[in-house]
Amino acid sequence: MMIVLEKRSEQSKAMTFLSPVLAIGLTVVIGGFIFTGLGLDPFKALYIYFIEPMTSIWSVEELIVKAAPLILIGAGLAVCYTANVWNIGAEGQLTIGALFGAAIPVYFTAWQSPLVLVLMLVLGAVGGALFGAIPALLKNRFGANEILTSLMLVYVAQLLLDWLVRGPWRDPQGFNFPQSVPFEGWQLLPLLGEGRVHIGAILAVVAVIILWIMMGRSLRGFEIRVIGRSPRAGAFAGFGQKRVVWFCFMLSGALAGLAGICEVAGPSGQLQPTISPGYGFTAIIVAFLGRLNPIGVLFAGILLAISYLGGEAAQVELGISDKTAQVFQGMLLFFILACDTLIHYRIKFAPGAGAAKEA
Amino acid sequence: MNVDSSSEYLLEARNIVKVFGELRANDDVTLSLKPGEIHALLGENGAGKSTLVKIIYGSLQATSGQLFWKGQPVTVANPAAARELGIGMVFQHFSLFDALTVTENIALALPADVDIGALAGRIEKVSNDYGLPLRPDALVADLSVGERQRIEIVRCLLQEPRLLIMDEPTAVLTPQEADQLFVTLERLASEGCGVLYISHRLEEVKRICHDATILRHGKLVARVDPQQETAASLANLMVGAEVAAVKADRGGVPGSPLLELVDLSLPTNDPFGVALKNINLTIRAGEIVAVAGVAGNGQSEFFDAVSGEQPSANNETVKMSGEACGRENITRRRRRHAAFVPEERIGHGAVPDFPLSENVVLTHHAVGEGVVRKGLINRAAARDVNSAVTELFDVRKGTPDPEARSLSGGNLQKFVVGREMTREPKILVVNQPTWGVDAGAAALIRQALIDLARSGSAVLVISQDLDEIFEISDRIAVISRGEMSEAYPAEELSLEQIGLLMAGAHEKAPEKAAAS
Repeated sequence: MMIVLEKRSEQSKAMTFLSPVLAIGLTVVIGGFIFTGLGLDPFKALYIYFIEPMTSIWSVEELIVKAAPLILIGAGLAVCYTANVWNIGAEGQLTIGALFGAAIPVYFTAWQSPLVLVLMLVLGAVGGALFGAIPALLKNRFGANEILTSLMLVYVAQLLLDWLVRGPWRDPQGFNFPQSVPFEGWQLLPLLGEGRVHIGAILAVVAVIILWIMMGRSLRGFEIRVIGRSPRAGAFAGFGQKRVVWFCFMLSGALAGLAGICEVAGPSGQLQPTISPGYGFTAIIVAFLGRLNPIGVLFAGILLAISYLGGEAAQVELGISDKTAQVFQGMLLFFILACDTLIHYRIKFAPGAGAAKEA
Repeated sequence: MNVDSSSEYLLEARNIVKVFGELRANDDVTLSLKPGEIHALLGENGAGKSTLVKIIYGSLQATSGQLFWKGQPVTVANPAAARELGIGMVFQHFSLFDALTVTENIALALPADVDIGALAGRIEKVSNDYGLPLRPDALVADLSVGERQRIEIVRCLLQEPRLLIMDEPTAVLTPQEADQLFVTLERLASEGCGVLYISHRLEEVKRICHDATILRHGKLVARVDPQQETAASLANLMVGAEVAAVKADRGGVPGSPLLELVDLSLPTNDPFGVALKNINLTIRAGEIVAVAGVAGNGQSEFFDAVSGEQPSANNETVKMSGEACGRENITRRRRRHAAFVPEERIGHGAVPDFPLSENVVLTHHAVGEGVVRKGLINRAAARDVNSAVTELFDVRKGTPDPEARSLSGGNLQKFVVGREMTREPKILVVNQPTWGVDAGAAALIRQALIDLARSGSAVLVISQDLDEIFEISDRIAVISRGEMSEAYPAEELSLEQIGLLMAGAHEKAPEKAAAS
């Protein structure tokens, strides 16, 4: 018995949707084996990991808090990847966006007005967009590979944040802790209800809807899809590849920056050396799991948020490392990319190893 | 060695037939080559040169016919078997790793147990012996195109071939590099190595080749001594003498100039590209002007320059309806009622995995009636255009709006031509309108081009098909190495003249071109 991959005559529409489902299933099964290997009851562990986070109001709210930045960033990255523009540096754009927005409460600590909040959000988006423009510039001007430049800029951004909160931006009344002044009043995002859910969740949904319309209906979205599929045809249509690179990087950078400022003006309430548990990287998985479709990203973002919560729950209740979340996220990306092979190929079982041979 | 004394030939390919589906790519072709002979293989694109060479080199197997090597019948099962016999091939496009050195690149093609240290010495010796200077430790990325080709040649020479096949080697070389290559080839020939030399450049064939085999439409048309021929007579043999009778009914008096090219030049950065030099051409309302030429003489660069995919630095070089637009991009030229059909329908004229209606948006987004309104695509309008094109041009498809790649070549070509025709353009520029298209679709497309011109539009056709050119065009210009001849009335142009032009008779002397 031999397993053969055979190229399909055209893409399988069914597999486009089945592939993520299959990947999630495989991740759960392999996850079960990993828990068993750790000496845990796999069913209980999987329940704690995947189901429990959705059983209480508190944890559902927490889910939304974590899903919002993933969706914001993932929707922008989905647009990038559709255009074959590989922005891997959303984490850095998130960080710079947070810094830009946080500059207002840091330098104008006493300023209280609705304008403050608006300005912080705008600056957050601008900061992320500008930081995203760097790899776009390097790619368009010098042909530098954007995967490398955008990824390396993440570390630049994180070191800048680290230096600021330990140095010039450290709270003078903060007992030398590496953190900025705590934000107050209009420097914080308004909450929705009693819990921790803030208006970042609404921003995420609005962004998804706008990008969905843009990609599906607008000429700009068409331009992005054409450049991604066939740059030569794009040039024939009069679309500029460089313009698309600029647009994609600045759009996804702006959304990542917005997610960044929402983190520090939301759950954190101040700048700290670490402001994100790797949302910018996890959002890459969100974009692919969501089939590079903004609506798909909405669901994928919720799923990946569960993996974060599950990781925390597993740490508390099962006493295993919080790195479990990263293991699950890694497996998920691995399986989704593997299963995507089946969009273009079908599996065939060829009888007998020796019987069938090349003619 | 068991050499058959009855055979003076190193290689013979007798009565080779190769059938791909309906197409007879090689139809009873015979070629023979003596040791020490530089033998030219000539023919237009699609004449069957590559197929024949692939059969000799073992990448393809003939449907029927027989290869003889030193008089013995042989079967060349694959390129490795060809190399074992002593056949080496230098391809037009190199397969080298930029990040590796010359030695490492050559070692990759040799058996795994080669001693790299000793190899560098051998490379140096062979390259110096044959006048192909190469530094074994140089990185490929730092080398010029000519030097890269030397690596490929040295790679073959290290295996001490008895027959070297070269596929258009000078296409990528400067004249000086080409001269150097000719010295090497003559040296090889003097040592008894046979060279099978594929080229479009007739002057150099005349210069270095001892014998020539000419193919057309898969058939052997002539075996000639290039020294006894002129470049023009070789060109005639390549493109064929049986050109259709010139059509009597020409258009009326042409109207005002709609498309004017004035001293249009375009440099190229691509090593495989051709720079355009001072092209002047005027196309008037109501006429079809054709640009003839052997493939690879700047046709696609010319198309890009006229369409605006590659705008010119000087605004005055292109005029549409009398207005300068050389610096404008393709979208703004489309708004001047110009329409364009590129040579490659898949991946250039159409996005393969987009449905036809979305491929309508590709060229109609800035100009089509209501296809895009306020930045949003009107899908219904795009589908309407698709239906209209389909009906008018008889595009046969399984579903109303299939992906472009699911259409056959002829049907997709009818779609990409029809898509522009429905706009009723005042200027139409089309590159290879019927390339690889069945006869029915070709006739329909040619008729549409004629009808459009007769309705008062200017039509520019770039084609390698002389039959087509004489069938539809009013005037004919010839492009060679990026230079364009004057456009002559079709009925005044003889085959002899067109052959001379294709061979580059109108090209300016080098010092004049360099001075500009």
